Amino acid sequence: MDPILPDIQLIAILPEIILALLACGLFVAESFIQREKKEQLGYYAIGALALTLLSTIPLWGKEISTFSGMVVLDSYALFFKTALILISAIIILMSFEYVKIERINLGEYYGVILFATVGMMLMPSANDLLSFYLSLELMSMSLYVLVAFMRKDPKSVESGIKYFLTGVLASGIILYGIAFLYGTSGTTNLGEISVFIKTQEIGSSPSLIMAFILMITGFGFKIAAVPFHMWAPDVYEGAPTPVTAFLSSGSKVAAFSVMLRVFINSFDLNSGSWWQILWIIAVMTMTLGNLVALTQTKLKRMLAYSSIAHAGYLLMGLIAASQIGYAGIMIYLVGYAFMTLGAFTVIVLLCRKNHRGDQISDLAGVARTNPFVGLTFILFALSLIGIPPTAGFVGKLFLFNAAIQGGFYWLAIIGVLNSTVSLYYYFRVVRVMYMDEPAEDLALSFSPGMKIALGFTAGMTLLLGLYPEPIIRAAIDSVKIFL
Amino acid sequence: MIGNSPPINYIPIFIFIAVSLAFGIGTLVLSYFVQVRVNDPEKLSTYECGSEPISDARNPFPARYYIIAMLFVIFDVEVAFLYPWAVVFNKIGLFGLIEMIIFIALFLVAYVYAWKKGGLEWD
Repeated sequence: MDPILPDIQLIAILPEIILALLACGLFVAESFIQREKKEQLGYYAIGALALTLLSTIPLWGKEISTFSGMVVLDSYALFFKTALILISAIIILMSFEYVKIERINLGEYYGVILFATVGMMLMPSANDLLSFYLSLELMSMSLYVLVAFMRKDPKSVESGIKYFLTGVLASGIILYGIAFLYGTSGTTNLGEISVFIKTQEIGSSPSLIMAFILMITGFGFKIAAVPFHMWAPDVYEGAPTPVTAFLSSGSKVAAFSVMLRVFINSFDLNSGSWWQILWIIAVMTMTLGNLVALTQTKLKRMLAYSSIAHAGYLLMGLIAASQIGYAGIMIYLVGYAFMTLGAFTVIVLLCRKNHRGDQISDLAGVARTNPFVGLTFILFALSLIGIPPTAGFVGKLFLFNAAIQGGFYWLAIIGVLNSTVSLYYYFRVVRVMYMDEPAEDLALSFSPGMKIALGFTAGMTLLLGLYPEPIIRAAIDSVKIFL
Repeated sequence: MIGNSPPINYIPIFIFIAVSLAFGIGTLVLSYFVQVRVNDPEKLSTYECGSEPISDARNPFPARYYIIAMLFVIFDVEVAFLYPWAVVFNKIGLFGLIEMIIFIALFLVAYVYAWKKGGLEWD
């Protein structure tokens, strides 16, 4: 008798396989080359990501479900995979100069980023609670290491420990939620769970409610939603700046992509009263994030609270639970990733020898000496607030529209009011850049990589605002699988 | 279907938890009141499997122990995977062989990395 081997189509995870093997190759190469040449590994990592991006091209338009239904490849997954590869490439571009200044120019840095990217890319593909959990852990484990990468800096180590402890707790809670979901439905496959939930009408069973509460708690930690956001400001402040950018863009994009799939399939969001819990969390998240950001004096802490607030806006799409809401989340995530990466690139520019440059006052007069940096930061600020013609506007348009169409008028009103509040603290930074006197030794640490990263993020923020049609069409097509 | 099992089926588990909690706490409380206390230095010292304790356990010790232990665990797990694989090897054939080669190749990468980084050197 032959054992039944699972149906395996490796092509479904071809990009991840390529990237994982190249990351292994990076670790081997790392141990054989001298310290002075470690910089080349950054170019190697960029090459690896480029190759991975190329390998996604033959997958466009395919619909594959493989590994016994644990992994699916559809346009939804590919949409996020492409975005995550680009995010990771920008992170590596902005790291070149930074790792030299902070003396963490070890090859492992790039290797761990690549492994985190593999985990993130698997997340939107995960169609089973276990494959989702595994890819989430691959991402989280790599990020724990990256956050504490400046191991001689007490702040970095402290934030590493904080992130590790809260992250592990969140993973445990998610796992407990998975156990309840499995106990309710008898399967870990999201497709089968979805069928079970829709046919059995057990919307109010205690074990399903437990599963929902545990899942929203665990995901709340991962996306930094209030009241599970406590770790975010400290971790964002202490981590190396490119890693902070990675946390607030890559890990948030990946977590939301899988959260959408898990929640839509496991809980019938359209019926029932799940939206009440989500509503409260969304309102608390955006309000607290924006209000606390007003009082921050450190750039990275300010952006941490701003990133919390953006998680609140994103939850609106999940509450609306409609095609336009889900598409809104996808569009907003991509736009948000580029604009927040751009803002972090400006912070990395400030980092010079013997000067961390993470205070808002460090930006004084930057726009006078570097007009281009000033202009791009205005663009990112406009986009983060949600003013046209930027990517942030298009995303917010979709999310608020979804909330209004779903009948959540108060949610939309609170969202708009919060955007108005955010105008103050983003433009306070712009004011400091333009109005204050520049410091004497204001030489920004420009390098070719930084220029590309800044130009690319600014270009994408503007492009997605001026010509959003392709991404809107891709997003609306992709979310059809959920309806 | 498994999923239809109502929470009532879990009642034996809750009874079990309650009984074990009551037994554990009860034993501790009871022994606290009825025990005879005779303390001597030998009895109060740390139990070290019979040898004399030489110092406090909370001393700094080389991180190399940790690295060696980690490497040991990794290869231990590898062997643990090899056993069931070997048992069904006849049935899974070439597919299983290739899978295992990939699995071991990944370990090899980690091994080369640890070796070159000096993870196996004691000094």
